[in-house]
Amino acid sequence: MSRRIIFNLVQVLVVLVFAPLASGVLSRLKEMVQSKRGPSIFQPYRDLWKLFHKDEIISEDSSWIFRFTPYIVFVTPIFVALLIPVLTNYPLFFAFMGDMLGGGFVLSLGGFFATLAAVDTANPYGPMGASRTRMVGFLAEPVFMIVFFTVSFVAGSTIPYIVQEKWVTPLANFFMPSHVLLVLAFLMLVLAEGGRIPVDNPTGHFELAMIDESKSLEYSGRGFALMKWGGYMKMFVLMCIFLNVLVTPWGLAHEQALGAVLVAIPLVLFKVFCFLLVLVVIESSLSKLRLFRISEFLGAAFITSVAAMIAQVFLP
Amino acid sequence: MSEATNQMLENLNALAGGLFLLAAFGMVATRQARGCLNLFITQSLLLAASAALLGFRHHSEHLYGVAVVNLISKPLVVPWLLRKTSPEEIYTRREVDQVLNIPTALLMALALTILAYFLGVPLSNAVEAEFRGPNVPIGIAGLLLGAFTLTVRREAVPLLLGVLAMENGAFFAGIAIARNLPMLVELAIATDGLIIVFIMGVLTRAVQKHVGTTAVGEMATLKEAGAEPVKEEAVAK
Repeated sequence: MSRRIIFNLVQVLVVLVFAPLASGVLSRLKEMVQSKRGPSIFQPYRDLWKLFHKDEIISEDSSWIFRFTPYIVFVTPIFVALLIPVLTNYPLFFAFMGDMLGGGFVLSLGGFFATLAAVDTANPYGPMGASRTRMVGFLAEPVFMIVFFTVSFVAGSTIPYIVQEKWVTPLANFFMPSHVLLVLAFLMLVLAEGGRIPVDNPTGHFELAMIDESKSLEYSGRGFALMKWGGYMKMFVLMCIFLNVLVTPWGLAHEQALGAVLVAIPLVLFKVFCFLLVLVVIESSLSKLRLFRISEFLGAAFITSVAAMIAQVFLP
Repeated sequence: MSEATNQMLENLNALAGGLFLLAAFGMVATRQARGCLNLFITQSLLLAASAALLGFRHHSEHLYGVAVVNLISKPLVVPWLLRKTSPEEIYTRREVDQVLNIPTALLMALALTILAYFLGVPLSNAVEAEFRGPNVPIGIAGLLLGAFTLTVRREAVPLLLGVLAMENGAFFAGIAIARNLPMLVELAIATDGLIIVFIMGVLTRAVQKHVGTTAVGEMATLKEAGAEPVKEEAVAK
């Protein structure tokens, strides 16, 4: 019992520690594709360190929501990391608290508060970005729903530990049309939710075109560091759900020993690295869509997810 | 063959079916003629893959024949013929106005797919259990989506590809039901498709020469040359 609690905390620690690294590796790889040197892969850590040592300025006219939001944005990915398989393929101590749907709700809670905080200060760019995020969010919502429906339809459960086993037992299940199409649809969702390139440009500094970034414009110092770190962790958690639950459970620890769990860390990081390579290819070969074309991108994701469901229904 | 291999083959076949369906959706929605052509090539490759997998699964040389004929005629000869016959500038132009906007068209395409389910499942239940699979409903869905492509597109080349996609859908359903089609029929169908492409390509070129555009959707507003002055007189009165 106590061992499972420890493993659970190790899982959270992995998310906390390696999420900025994933972001640093991604931006370094992107710069290398553009034949530049790029920042060090440890740059996000330095940014966080610097921001934690700076003064924080909060507008007098802002309410408690503005002050609380960084903590909520920071805590919700950690909370989800307790529920999902990051390192192990067996449920850990807190895993009973929620399934994939629950994890999705907890993640969107952070997004909800970030949106409220952006509106709270009445900075002109904040509400604009917030309303755009909501637009992307409500277009992505039906896709999420169909993905979860299909997952529970195919695997008979929305508990991530049961779902991930389903795709590889037997191995032929890996090639089920519903599985491959679900992976495609969820990949598009990760791009939309993480504010990656066909939907939003994470490196853009032009306020009028910002979607995700503009919500933290008003923050400074520690609040900004927490928002940033929370954003890194949200992306990392989304990647973990995508890679460990929907793609494959390969590389996760099977035995209940600390050694096995520690060995799983580099394997999972390697999987994340492979995914980052795919992400770099996507981000370097596509351009950002115009705002009103986003509905077509997410419409394609919706069609893919429904095709996954229909292909499953069509099987005799 | 062992049970595991069979299951693997069936899943791979179903996967080809799922991607086939996705390509059909893409052909409804893609704006550019070149994208549409690429999706059609992908769809034909998936059809060939499905035929080869079913042939391997059921030890049928005829299905291998279908796969080979498909592999040669559609992904290779059709684009080549199109390039020979129809004007080059078609491929670079975007089709800005479709009959419906893209999300609406996609939703209607979804409704058609669900209709295909209600048509296809009783049909595949009517045949022996061995022949059941995702091919029949997905093929019917491909057929309907091809017909839908015909109704929403207004450019000549995507319209032609819609006709060919209908044929692809019919083939996709056909290879699961009629496993021992004589080679002659396959070859006849393949040549038929090529002749359609050739005629439509030449027609497209002629239309472009006379009218100056290949957006055939706009040609509904064309008037006969003789009718024009009569109308003006009527207006003058």
